[in-house]
Amino acid sequence: MDLNHVIFILAGIIVIAFIIGIIIRVKKRSSELEKTLKNEISEKEPVSLKIKLAKTKNSFIGRIADLVSQREKLDEELLEDLEEILIQADLGVKTTLDIIKKLSEKIRNERISNSSEIKQILENIVRELLLKDYSLDSDFFHLQNKKPFVILFAGVNGVGKTTTIGKLAKRFKDKGKSVLLIAADTFRAAAIEQLSIWADRAKVSIIKPQPGADPASVVYDGLISAINKKIDVVLIDTAGRQHTKINLMNELSKMSRTIKKVVPDGPQETLLVVDATTGQNAISQAEMFNEAINLTGLVLAKLDGTAKGGIVIGIKHQLNIPVKLIGVGESLDDLRDFDVEEFVKAIFE
Amino acid sequence: MFNNLTDKFETIFKKLKGQGKLTEKNIQDSLREVRRALLEADVNFKIVKNFVEEIAKRAVGTQVMKSITPGNQVVKIVHEQLINLMGNENFEVKLHDNRLNTIMLVGLQGSGKTTTCAKLVNHFRKKTISPAMVACDIYRPAAVHQLEILGSQLNIPVISDIHSKNVIKIVKKALKETERSSANFLVFDTAGRLHIDKKLMEELRDLKKLLKPDYIFFVADAMTGQDAVNVAKEFNDQIEFDGVILTKMDSDARGGAALSIKAVTNKPVVFIGTGEKISDLEEFHPDRMANRILGMGDILTLIEKAEASFDVQEAEKLASKLKKNKFTFTDFLKQLQQIQKMGPIDQLVGLMPGIGGKALKGLKIDEKEIKHIEAIIYSMTVKERENPLVINGSRRYRIAAGSGTSIQEVNKLLKQFDQMKKMMRNINNPKFLKGKMLPF
Repeated sequence: MDLNHVIFILAGIIVIAFIIGIIIRVKKRSSELEKTLKNEISEKEPVSLKIKLAKTKNSFIGRIADLVSQREKLDEELLEDLEEILIQADLGVKTTLDIIKKLSEKIRNERISNSSEIKQILENIVRELLLKDYSLDSDFFHLQNKKPFVILFAGVNGVGKTTTIGKLAKRFKDKGKSVLLIAADTFRAAAIEQLSIWADRAKVSIIKPQPGADPASVVYDGLISAINKKIDVVLIDTAGRQHTKINLMNELSKMSRTIKKVVPDGPQETLLVVDATTGQNAISQAEMFNEAINLTGLVLAKLDGTAKGGIVIGIKHQLNIPVKLIGVGESLDDLRDFDVEEFVKAIFE
Repeated sequence: MFNNLTDKFETIFKKLKGQGKLTEKNIQDSLREVRRALLEADVNFKIVKNFVEEIAKRAVGTQVMKSITPGNQVVKIVHEQLINLMGNENFEVKLHDNRLNTIMLVGLQGSGKTTTCAKLVNHFRKKTISPAMVACDIYRPAAVHQLEILGSQLNIPVISDIHSKNVIKIVKKALKETERSSANFLVFDTAGRLHIDKKLMEELRDLKKLLKPDYIFFVADAMTGQDAVNVAKEFNDQIEFDGVILTKMDSDARGGAALSIKAVTNKPVVFIGTGEKISDLEEFHPDRMANRILGMGDILTLIEKAEASFDVQEAEKLASKLKKNKFTFTDFLKQLQQIQKMGPIDQLVGLMPGIGGKALKGLKIDEKEIKHIEAIIYSMTVKERENPLVINGSRRYRIAAGSGTSIQEVNKLLKQFDQMKKMMRNINNPKFLKGKMLPF
């Protein structure tokens, strides 16, 4: 590589560094930097917390080892197995350690020594976690009298938003509700057509904009038409977007604000669709989408594979966002209510 | 990509660096951190276990004792092991001039096959003759239409049959059509399917038997969790693929799936998808990725990107200007525009060694800020751009008004520009180059 070339590359880098320098200075006084700083400070906390938890866990295993020498049937291996089960189901390290910690407290307080009992307790802990702040009698399909009931769908690319909406439309339709779909994914090639095929299948109406149209204005027009036609339920499909792209997230929150302009107490539900095969990144997704549009719940799609979707336990644990629906296949009837019992059983299968 | 993992390792090794000697005990602590970092990056727990055991075996003992800085030694071991795990050689797609080349894409629903299909055909279009795409996804609503739209955007033909419910027929049609044409490159987009769907997996096996593709690529989402190993293994067992394309790498996913899939199938990651634009497809380099994981930056990718989007003559002109220290706002403006062509600034910054990790965490770089800088420069006269020293108070006022910014912002830019010129003077100093020479 000749010298000119290297100098040139370095200049490029310097220009980038220079730009960053300016941007940092410009932002120095703005609140965003403060926020960054705060984040940095608060980020330091969990590290020490994690170390603490690790110690708890270690000494916990040590304690169990002691127990083994005193009592029978309970051993370190079992606990490692349990930990592995949780990790393998994508619960994540933090949630797994928190759960194991709870388990250890229970075992100590209730002096449990039987390994089959331990598994039962573990299942209970996970169940409790998922049911926290969750009223069992709340039926997702029970709608308030106000019309229209607006549900906004969001998620990263390829998680199954459009498919979920198609299936949900069918369920509302079957319950005798009038349904309108708004195809606000004007970005991805053929997304509008994909949703309109689902609309045909479910026999519901749909607002089809031109590809490339401004999604917020599509939402606005759609909602006005829903009010005029006295539609019961409006389902809004949005383009898949990476939660790290600020502009796209702003576009999404603009859509949410637009909804409020037309339907003041809408959107009544903002659902994040999460792919069951997704790992720890789903937490970051939920966090950022929640910041942008205040999520009311999750839809766990593609649960018909071998992935356990345990990440929703992590999301519930860390962000307290509940799962509301699950997708288990590609046909119209493959959208079910989230059944905690069934889900927890599957995790430990 | 991998930024979070980089941060993790950085803290771990900072702790190690503080220690004078590496004992079995303090290596245990850092190994536990390595284990957790990898688990949080979605690397499969079984693979993590082996990885950590391997590191432990290599780290404890003579190798480490010989080393002057034990911390660096462990970094080196982890680094090498990461490369080993992700495959230590680059995979190259070989194309034949004298016959039809075929590539088939397979994977789960929503992993990004259709988009990747367009990216791939675009990637190879210069090396092939009248390439085309074949739409074999007859199941997902509007999938064929999606590929057709992408095809028309690229001006690349798409072979499809919307009325057919038989994939085999579509493939036969495609082969027949290309037989008579000069086309020598076809990419087949197949429907997303679950690895446990017996019927659809059999369809893939039939397709493979009929088509005998040169390459089958398994398209996997970088955000995949622990299940990545099951899916990849099953696909590989059933229809043995040649390589992996890891998509959605522009997210903040740590991408542990890259490590997992390679470990369980022994098939390398060939390409990575880094955005929604058709051009957002890059070759995968395990060594570079390992560098990134360890916070060494990825200077090679940066150079490649620069080479791809920069004009050689312009580059030479700039270099000679830099040598003579005659860098002006006109040059700077050109640089700004070229860099924007290279891709989103925050992605580029991530590639730069040293500042990739912590320094910029949480700081979102808004492309609009760059527009402001551009606006300020546009508001200068040619004379001012060539010689910023003439910019006095009233000129500053005019520039601020003209660009819709404030005098403070104009001042800042002038000051920064001056500092940058000083830095560039240092580049001309041969000692600087020796000292900071890039780690090739």
